[in-house]
Amino acid sequence: MTAFRSLSVAMVKGFLRDRMTLFFVFLFPLMFLVVFGLLLGDSGSDKTKIAAVGEGPVLSALEQTGALELEEYGDEATARQKVNDGDLPAAVVVDGDRVDVWFAASDQVAAGTVIGIVSGAVDKMNLGAASVPPRFTLEAKPVEDASLKPIQYLTPGILSWAISISGVFGAALTMVSWRKKQVLRRIRLAPVSATTVLSSRVLVSVGTALAQGVVFVAVATLPVFGLQLTGQWYLALPLLVLGTTAFFAIGMLVGAFCKTEEAASGAANIIILPMAFLSGTFFPVENAPAWLQTVSNVFPLRHMNDGMLDVLVRGKGLESLLLPSAVLIAFTLVVGTIATRLFRWED
Amino acid sequence: MTGARIPAVVVADIRKSYGGLKAVDGVSFTVAEGEFFGILGPNGAGKTTTLEIVEGLRKADDGRVTLLGEQPWPRNPKLLPRIGVQLQASSFFEKLTAREQLQTFGSLYGVSRQRADEMLELVGLADKADVQENKLSGGQRQRLSIACALVHDPDVVFLDEPTAALDPQARRNLWDVLRAIQARGKTIVYTTHYLDEAEILCDRVAIMDRGRILAMDAPATLVRGLDAPTHVVLQKGLLTREAARGITGVEDAQEDEVSLTISTRKPAPVLSALAERGTLDGLQVRTATLEDVFLGLTGREYRA
Repeated sequence: MTAFRSLSVAMVKGFLRDRMTLFFVFLFPLMFLVVFGLLLGDSGSDKTKIAAVGEGPVLSALEQTGALELEEYGDEATARQKVNDGDLPAAVVVDGDRVDVWFAASDQVAAGTVIGIVSGAVDKMNLGAASVPPRFTLEAKPVEDASLKPIQYLTPGILSWAISISGVFGAALTMVSWRKKQVLRRIRLAPVSATTVLSSRVLVSVGTALAQGVVFVAVATLPVFGLQLTGQWYLALPLLVLGTTAFFAIGMLVGAFCKTEEAASGAANIIILPMAFLSGTFFPVENAPAWLQTVSNVFPLRHMNDGMLDVLVRGKGLESLLLPSAVLIAFTLVVGTIATRLFRWED
Repeated sequence: MTGARIPAVVVADIRKSYGGLKAVDGVSFTVAEGEFFGILGPNGAGKTTTLEIVEGLRKADDGRVTLLGEQPWPRNPKLLPRIGVQLQASSFFEKLTAREQLQTFGSLYGVSRQRADEMLELVGLADKADVQENKLSGGQRQRLSIACALVHDPDVVFLDEPTAALDPQARRNLWDVLRAIQARGKTIVYTTHYLDEAEILCDRVAIMDRGRILAMDAPATLVRGLDAPTHVVLQKGLLTREAARGITGVEDAQEDEVSLTISTRKPAPVLSALAERGTLDGLQVRTATLEDVFLGLTGREYRA
């Protein structure tokens, strides 16, 4: 066996036998994917629940809109109490031909929705009762828009984040622990080049990233979550590799500064967590203030996220890889060079 | 074998300072091929730094090192396959078994995987081949790390305190391993702070203290050169202190709660005189050791 191959094999074995590492590389991010996937899974398809008192064609018409869910109450006081308590956004009270809507003044958006729907139904009833033919016609038509279902958005984001964890931690902890245990020194005493050692470690990280990609996409495509990949999903592969090298470079930098594993973990977390939030891992960064979006551009994760979203779920082509790839390569080169300069074989 | 062979290690007046501290302050020695050479001294004597300079891990501020006819500094890839180094810490890859450690280190030198089992056999760990390194005992780990230093069959082996922090039984097991290595014709340079151990194992020792070599020779020669008295220890009550002092050749006699200790430079006539008096029950004879040599050289008790 060549030194390159056996070092890679040794690191893969060490990785697979370390439950803690496996947890943080696979299960931990997967937990976020599952939790967010389930939490946000059917948001937007939720009906607004309101209280309803009385009976008649108006209430039947409201039920048929499909936008409201009516919770029936025997008397007006109980229904209004529900609104007063903040349990329901509005109460519709039908008493013969009179329709009252009580709404919570605190939630203007929900109130507007409910009042709009109720008045629409009432107007329609009035029109029907007056037997006047409608002059204006309305037809609603669905359009496939660019905004994404949560799972479509979450999968690329959380996958990129998971790769940043395995890349940064993998590089930093290996370097610190090998230096502390003098494995680096021992390797230096063998006729093997630093490039061999480094490239075998990078290879292991890239392999880990690919494994993460397979596992995460497999979980997200389960019917519960319902991820739908575009036909050009394979364009994500170069991003996986380039992202890994960029995060590996950050890990090397952390490893060059830190003397203990604890310090390295802390430093890696301080870098990864803010980066994950600002790069749109859990929520779209488009919702953030403009200056924060500008700041987020310094993070490689932001660009990896953008690229992954474009090729995995937005169905964009090769051209959408250009900018993210260029940024990730530049980042790897710059940070990698600094890390190499600061590298120490021993304490 | 010709007499013209070059020495395995030649160290000439090396020096190394850290800030104001002179860790190594003009050390010179030569180790012949096949020799078992010990560098001894208390912690902080400069043993490890000396070893690291010879191995090529550190640059000396001054002086010359020739290892198998080559310069070890800067990192000399031609030399690396010919030297085996066991570092002070047990440096292993995470979560690998004993056999896998040896295979991985071996592959760095391009040796066959079968070599791993051979090495496990040599250090008596064949039955632990599939045990992960972190589940081995301290002594087993030390033996494994020595096996890792030997896996590529080097000519010169450097061992830094291989017996430190081991229980007496584990130390003795390791002595057998070290002797077996020497029997294979390897040159061994090793550091220890156990003087008794060096006395048993080494062909020659250098006693170091505060960055300097105080004495260097075969252990027996060093002890003999000390001209220290032999101590004969008797059970208390067999002989009075005054009677002991009366025996020809006795220099001094001291008594404590349990025993009477007689100092003499002529143990043979003293022992026969004691035999005549019928006081040989429980008698012990203690000759001088390297610890006495250290005491004589530094004027202070040896503390590891």
